[in-house]
Amino acid sequence: MSVTATQKRGLGSAIWDYLTTVDHKKIAHLYLAGGGLFFILGGIEALLIRIQLMKPENDFVSAGLYNEIITMHGTTMIFLAAMPLLLGLMNAAMPLQIGARDVAFPFLNSLGFWLFMLGGILLNCSWFMGGAPDAGWTAYAPLSTTSPGHGVDFYILGLQIAGAGTLMGGINFLVTIINMRAPGMTYMRMPLFTWTTFITSILILFAFPALTIGLFLLMFERLFGAAFFDVSLGGNAIIWQHLFWIFGHPEVYILILPCFGVFSDVFSTFSRKRLFGYTAMVFSTIVIAFLGFMVWAHHMFTVGLGPVANTIFSVATMAIAVPTGVKIFNWLATLWGGRITVNSAMLWSLAFIPSFTIGGMTGVMVATVAADYQYHDTYFVIAHFHYVIVGGTVFGIFAGLHYWWPKMFGRILNEALGKTAFWLFFIGFHLTFFIQHFLGLMGMPRRYWVFLEDQGLDTGNLISSIGAFFMAAGVIIFFINIIYTAAKGEKVSGDPYDGRTLEWSIASPPPHYNFKQLPLVRGLDPLWIEKMEGNGKMTPAEPLGDIHMPNNSFIPFMISFGLFIAGFGFIYHNDNMIGTIAMFGGMAIALLSMLTRSVKDDLGYHISKEELEKEAE
Amino acid sequence: MKGWMGKLKVFSLLGFLALALAGCGKENLTALVPKGYGAHTSMKLIILTTIIMTFVFLVVMIVYVIVLLRFRAKKGQEDYIPKQVEGHIGLETVWTIIPIILLIIIAVPTTIATFKLADDSDAKDHINVEVTGNQFWWHFNYDDEKVQTSQDLYIPTGKKVYLHMKSSDVIHSFWVPAIAGKMDVNAENTNTMYLKADEEGVYWGKCAEFCGDSHSLMDFKVIAVSPDKYEKWVKDMKSFDPDQKPETAAAQEGKDLFKEKNCMGCHAIGSSPIQTAPNLTDFGNRSKLAGVKEPTKENIMQWIQDPESMKPGNKMTGKYPAVSKDEAEKLAEYLMQLKPSDVTPESVSE
Repeated sequence: MSVTATQKRGLGSAIWDYLTTVDHKKIAHLYLAGGGLFFILGGIEALLIRIQLMKPENDFVSAGLYNEIITMHGTTMIFLAAMPLLLGLMNAAMPLQIGARDVAFPFLNSLGFWLFMLGGILLNCSWFMGGAPDAGWTAYAPLSTTSPGHGVDFYILGLQIAGAGTLMGGINFLVTIINMRAPGMTYMRMPLFTWTTFITSILILFAFPALTIGLFLLMFERLFGAAFFDVSLGGNAIIWQHLFWIFGHPEVYILILPCFGVFSDVFSTFSRKRLFGYTAMVFSTIVIAFLGFMVWAHHMFTVGLGPVANTIFSVATMAIAVPTGVKIFNWLATLWGGRITVNSAMLWSLAFIPSFTIGGMTGVMVATVAADYQYHDTYFVIAHFHYVIVGGTVFGIFAGLHYWWPKMFGRILNEALGKTAFWLFFIGFHLTFFIQHFLGLMGMPRRYWVFLEDQGLDTGNLISSIGAFFMAAGVIIFFINIIYTAAKGEKVSGDPYDGRTLEWSIASPPPHYNFKQLPLVRGLDPLWIEKMEGNGKMTPAEPLGDIHMPNNSFIPFMISFGLFIAGFGFIYHNDNMIGTIAMFGGMAIALLSMLTRSVKDDLGYHISKEELEKEAE
Repeated sequence: MKGWMGKLKVFSLLGFLALALAGCGKENLTALVPKGYGAHTSMKLIILTTIIMTFVFLVVMIVYVIVLLRFRAKKGQEDYIPKQVEGHIGLETVWTIIPIILLIIIAVPTTIATFKLADDSDAKDHINVEVTGNQFWWHFNYDDEKVQTSQDLYIPTGKKVYLHMKSSDVIHSFWVPAIAGKMDVNAENTNTMYLKADEEGVYWGKCAEFCGDSHSLMDFKVIAVSPDKYEKWVKDMKSFDPDQKPETAAAQEGKDLFKEKNCMGCHAIGSSPIQTAPNLTDFGNRSKLAGVKEPTKENIMQWIQDPESMKPGNKMTGKYPAVSKDEAEKLAEYLMQLKPSDVTPESVSE
């Protein structure tokens, strides 16, 4: 309904609607669109890398530009593509799964998105303003502190702003899940995707502050003359590595845990079975998240921390394989004895199992510290984390998009195109990355702009580059699928898959208030329970009444825009007067917008009972 | 559906391709043909973990294939509702305990190996070399022997050589895959590791920590020679007289130019504490120019005239007056005849 309504109102008002919306479903669209855009950018950067490494001593791009490309590929894919796409899926599905009408803080939700988006745009402006950051996505000091130009400054300010948005998103989801579950939706009845959203939000809450601190130190060092990382002035560069990885390792779980939730829901739905070992699945997620904070130094095995620290972190890292293994086997047991339907969502999920298992295996291998002295900072590590992040996160995002697309837009993605995209991407993925394990051990360190002739690395790199083009073709077909579906896609009912959880109990796309009456939840897979007992739909937990809804607001955009301007100001304030003006002006816009929000009462509005009754007809 | 079997084929084909086409890589570079103590230690663990992990992968894949063959929805099953199983304590315990046991099997040798590799209690009984990482070259100072060199590190076979490593700028990482795993080279502390090579050879070393524009060109060599040859090399290096007259006139002119153009402000020849730029004492014996290029006269001349074209971001560009082609040729002549020892990379490689 909402989609057709906006179309009728014309493009201008549709844009205004999206600029001001606080509806979690529309914010999900924004996250998916923003994340999708950056995913394409990151993908183009990946292709440029693979073209450069297609043959030995290639001169397709210069050394400096290559370093900018690899830095932006990593930064974009992690912060601006994978995370927002996941936040998009969480926004789209989680409130529906717990039977809520929106998230706890709709205003904050909008603010989180616009901070991410404008932070991402700020970072990418660097391409046109003297060069992108070139110190790697990990920005190790002192390379990052001494990098000339403003590239790294864009990295610092862009990520600082985008990171603040993510932190808000995490807090928002936490409060939502704690406070806004429908009657009867106890913690141990929540769908796995909601559980993983919950635990991911905890990880965001505790991991992002470490990044924030690190970025602040880096900012003060580069822009305000501090010397936290400058050894010659008594600083310590290795502190940066600790701060970065105390954030960075939980970040890996922030990326993968939501996808574990997607797969759990998809496997359960399409094998028509309850998730096997639900309790174990929940607790293994918690254990993974907890251990995720205890293992950051495995990124630093070669730093010289000494054998005691190295082995402790090595063993702690290996321990993560246990709960992860439990998950893999529980998924297999969920499928076992089921009635498995293989559609696109299921294809991505099924492909995840072997791909991610390989990523997990190499995970244990790189955790083996004395062997990691060989793997570390080589293409073996590149292969390992792409197996985890592509084979886990990207597969999970595609599975989630296919799975929830009909819920989000009322139309189901085309199956033929979906499967073609999958096979191209899947084959391309293994072609690209499997061989890289060997390249690493054969002596190819990561972040190499060129590799030399006659070092036995030519064939492997060529195969890898060919695979990248298969992946690109798969992604292009997926985007064609989106356009095709928007134009001619098959319309579906609210429950196209014989679903099990609450989101399938309402229309597709859902009305903007989601649930006319909050549902009464009587167990795990609440909709399935009602179906099995012959009710077919949820029993309401409340009589039909007025629904309180939040008002749209332009303030989140203004706050973010103010910080965006201030970002440029911070970067250029040492160079010229305009920079200083932008710094103070931008902060003024942001703070005045916040003040407006604080002093202006916004009580929202009510959808009356009569309107709801009329809509039902 | 046919796709699933196809996928398995793709898998095995990929693995086969990877091994068959690429082999194990170039000898004396690849970590897969270990020729030193550290590399052997790592390789043993690589093999152990690969075997265990392959076993785990096979178990997962067997279950996976059975699931996909047996439980796909068949025609006429549209209304079939499978049994809703909650879980199985026994099974879940099994797939928790077995991985723990497997991990213990890995963790114990890992711990032992890690402590062995980190043990430097006997360093003073062995050869000690101070290693300095610089953008984008390596300096080696044999402090006890009073010998300095850059880019080519000479070590005796079968003996431990301790490296005490520090960076002069950003973080680098010292990696000779065929002999030992890598260790970071930081600015704030000295990291110690040791090399112990099995046999004579010229081994490729690489910088493994992203360090700027020419990170990928920061190669060096470890030249492992028999202990006798090593002793001779040290003696030759020590007795080298930087003031001795070159044989040809062109080289003599080059030697004068070296002084005139103030090359010696940064580059030392002979034993010297100067390490602003690579020590050139045995330049004529180096296996590569600037770590990666063939040391031909043309390349050396190009380097002298325009180092930026060969190693972007290097610290030599713009630090010296312009050099004409003729002058570059004379400088190259001089540098190429700097051969203090007949223990050279060529003498061990073929």
